[in-house]
Amino acid sequence: MSEAIAREIDRSHMQVSDEIAIQITQMNKWYGTFHVLRDINMTVNRGERIVICGPSGSGKSTLIRCINRLEEHQQGQIIVDGTELTSDLKNIDKVRSEVGMVFQHFNLFPHLTILENLTLAPIWVRKTPKKEADEVAMHYLSKVKIPEQAHKYPGQLSGGQQQRVAIARSLCMKPRIMLFDEPTSALDPEMIKEVLDTMIELAEEGMTMLCVTHEMGFAQAVANRVIFMDQGQIVEQNEPKEFFNNPQSDRTKLFLSQILGH
Amino acid sequence: MKATSAPFVRREMLAPAAPPITEAGAVKWLRENLFSSPLNVILTVLGVGAVVYLVSHIAPWMLRGVWNAGSLSECRQIIEARYGEGVTGACWALIRERWPQYLFGFYPSELYWRPVLAFVLMLVAIAPVLFDALPRKMLWFALVYPAIGFWLLWGGSVWVPVMALAGFGVGYGAAKIVQPIAGAILGGIAAVLAPVLWWLFLSGPAAETLQSVLPIALQEVRSREFGGFILAFTIGFTGIAFSLPLGVLLALGRQSDMFIVNKLSVGFIEFIRGVPLITLLFTASLLLNYFLPPGTDFDIILRVIIMVVLFAAAYIAEVVRGGLAALPRGQYEAADALGLDYIKAQRLIIMPQALKISIPGIVSTFIGLFKDTTLVVFVGLLDPLKGITDAVRASTDWKGVYWEPYIFVGAIFFIICFGMSRYSMYLENKLKTDHR
Repeated sequence: MSEAIAREIDRSHMQVSDEIAIQITQMNKWYGTFHVLRDINMTVNRGERIVICGPSGSGKSTLIRCINRLEEHQQGQIIVDGTELTSDLKNIDKVRSEVGMVFQHFNLFPHLTILENLTLAPIWVRKTPKKEADEVAMHYLSKVKIPEQAHKYPGQLSGGQQQRVAIARSLCMKPRIMLFDEPTSALDPEMIKEVLDTMIELAEEGMTMLCVTHEMGFAQAVANRVIFMDQGQIVEQNEPKEFFNNPQSDRTKLFLSQILGH
Repeated sequence: MKATSAPFVRREMLAPAAPPITEAGAVKWLRENLFSSPLNVILTVLGVGAVVYLVSHIAPWMLRGVWNAGSLSECRQIIEARYGEGVTGACWALIRERWPQYLFGFYPSELYWRPVLAFVLMLVAIAPVLFDALPRKMLWFALVYPAIGFWLLWGGSVWVPVMALAGFGVGYGAAKIVQPIAGAILGGIAAVLAPVLWWLFLSGPAAETLQSVLPIALQEVRSREFGGFILAFTIGFTGIAFSLPLGVLLALGRQSDMFIVNKLSVGFIEFIRGVPLITLLFTASLLLNYFLPPGTDFDIILRVIIMVVLFAAAYIAEVVRGGLAALPRGQYEAADALGLDYIKAQRLIIMPQALKISIPGIVSTFIGLFKDTTLVVFVGLLDPLKGITDAVRASTDWKGVYWEPYIFVGAIFFIICFGMSRYSMYLENKLKTDHR
C-alpha cells in the first residue's frame, strides 16, 4: 500500500508549533445508552498531521465529527482554536468556518456546478464578493489539478475528481484545521492516489490535519502521530515509525497484523 | 473438425451490409410494439377496435355540430334539415352564445375589460417565475401583481391594495429597526407581527384617509357577481401561489426538532388531509359566520381561497417532506461543515434539491387544486362546470342541452392542466444535473 506514495516528501514547511489548535479533555459521548467515546483526552498542536485508525465502530469518525460539532458530546470539553464547543450557535459557526471537513462520500452539492460548490460558502458565510470568490475557487481548483472541470456538475466527474473538488471546497474557506473522514474509502484504487497526492501537498504546506484513514502508506509518509482507537477509547498513540514497527498493545498488534499482513 | 482450428488471417474487411427488411424501419417497429406475441396481437386488435368504435360514434356527432343558432330547438331543426329526420348532432351554438357568461359569470358586462386586463397582466407576472431566461427585474412585477389583480377584479379604492402592500414595507422596516437592537429572533418576530397589526388595525383607516384626500377608485364589483372561469382562475391561481410557500413551511415544521412546532405541523397536516375539501368549504361559508362578530362582511371568495390554500398546503407539505427525506444526510452535514446556518442551508442546498425531487408531486397537487375549484358550487358560487351550466340550462332557450357545456368546460380544464403537466416535465428536464 505504500506504493501509492512514490515521491519524496518536502518537509521544509511541516513544522509543529507549540500553539495548541485543538484541546479535548475528558470527553464522553453516548448514542442513547451506547457509550461511543470514552474519556478522550487529546491535544493537537498547530501544524500536526494526525492519522486516526482503528476497527470499524471504534468511534474514530465520531471523534473527528465532534471537533466541528456534527456530533454533540455530552461530557468534557472540546476547545478548537480557543473557542469552546458548547450549544452556543455563535461558537459553533465560528469553529465550523475555521475547520474544513472532507467526507467519505464527498457530499458535493449535485445541483450546483463545481465552481458554485466552491464559491457558495465564501460568498454566503464569509461575504466575499463573487468575483474574488471565483478567483479563489479557480486557484484551488488548479491546485487540485482540475480547473477545466469548473463548469461541470459533480455527477459528471469521477470519484477521485469529486473528492479533490471536495477538498478544494473546504480550502476555499481558508480553514486553519482540516478534518478528513475516510476520504479514500469510497474510491477505486486508481483514484486513491490522486486524492492522497492532494492531501500530501496540503501537509507539505503545513496544514493542521486530522485524518481518519486506513492508508498506512500515507500515515508513514506524512503523519507525525498515529492514534489507534478501539471501543471508543484511544488505545495507543505514537509517532508512525514506532507505531508500525513497535506496537505496544496487543489490540494494536492484532489490528496491524490484519491490515498489513498481506 | 480440424478445419475450424486451422490458422486463419483475414485479408479483407467486410463492408457493413443493409439489415434485412424485418430489422429496420416501420416493419421492425410494428413487429416489436404491436405484434410481438399472440397476446400482443390480440390486444392490438382489441385496442384498435375500441378506438374505432368510439371515434365512429362520437366524431360524427361532434362534426355535425351547429355553431349558429339561438336555442336548442333551433339547433335541432338545422341538423334535421341538413342531415335528415332523427339525426342528432352537437349544439355548439350554446357556447358561442353563452361564452361571456362562461368566462365572466355575472360580472357587469361593461367592465369585462378589467378581468381581461387582469388575466393578461397575470401572464406577464408569472412569466418570469416560470422561465428564468426572462429578466429577473420582472419578478418585482410578480410581487406586486396580487394587489393589481385584486384591484382590477374587485375594484374599489386603489388605496386598499396599496396599503395592503405597504404592510410588507412595514414588516421590513420593523425588522430593520428591531434587529440591531434586539437580535435576529426578535427581529424576525417583529417582521411578522408588525405587518399583521398593520393589516388588522391601521391599513383600513389609512386607506380611507388617503381615499378622502386623493380619491382614485374603480367601480366596485361584489364577489357574488363573479362566476365562470374568472372565478376558477382567481381561486386556482391564488391558491397555487400561496399554498406552495405555506406547504414548504409546514414540511420544514414537520421535520423540526422543536416539539411544539413539530406537533402543530403534524396536527395541521393530518387534520386537513383527513377532511374532505367540501367540509372545509362549508365551514368557510357557513360556520365562520357564527364565530365572527355580527355584521362582519368577510368576503366569500377570500374565505374559499383561504380554505383551498390550507387544503393544498397540507398536501404539498407531504410531497415536499418526501423530497426532503430523499436527500442524503451528507448534504445537511456538508452544509453544516461549511458554516452555513439553518436558513442558508435550507435556501441554498436543501430546498433547491428537495423541491426538484418534488416537482411531479407538487404539480399534481396544483392540478388537483385547480380542478377542485369547481367544488365552490357547493357554497353557492358559480363555478364554470356546474354553476354556470345550470344557470344556462335553466333558460328556456337551452333547456335540455346536456353534453355540450360539460365537454366544453372539460376541454378548457384539460388544456390548462395538460399545460401544467408539460411545464413540470420541462422543468424537471431543465433542472436535471445528475447525468445518470
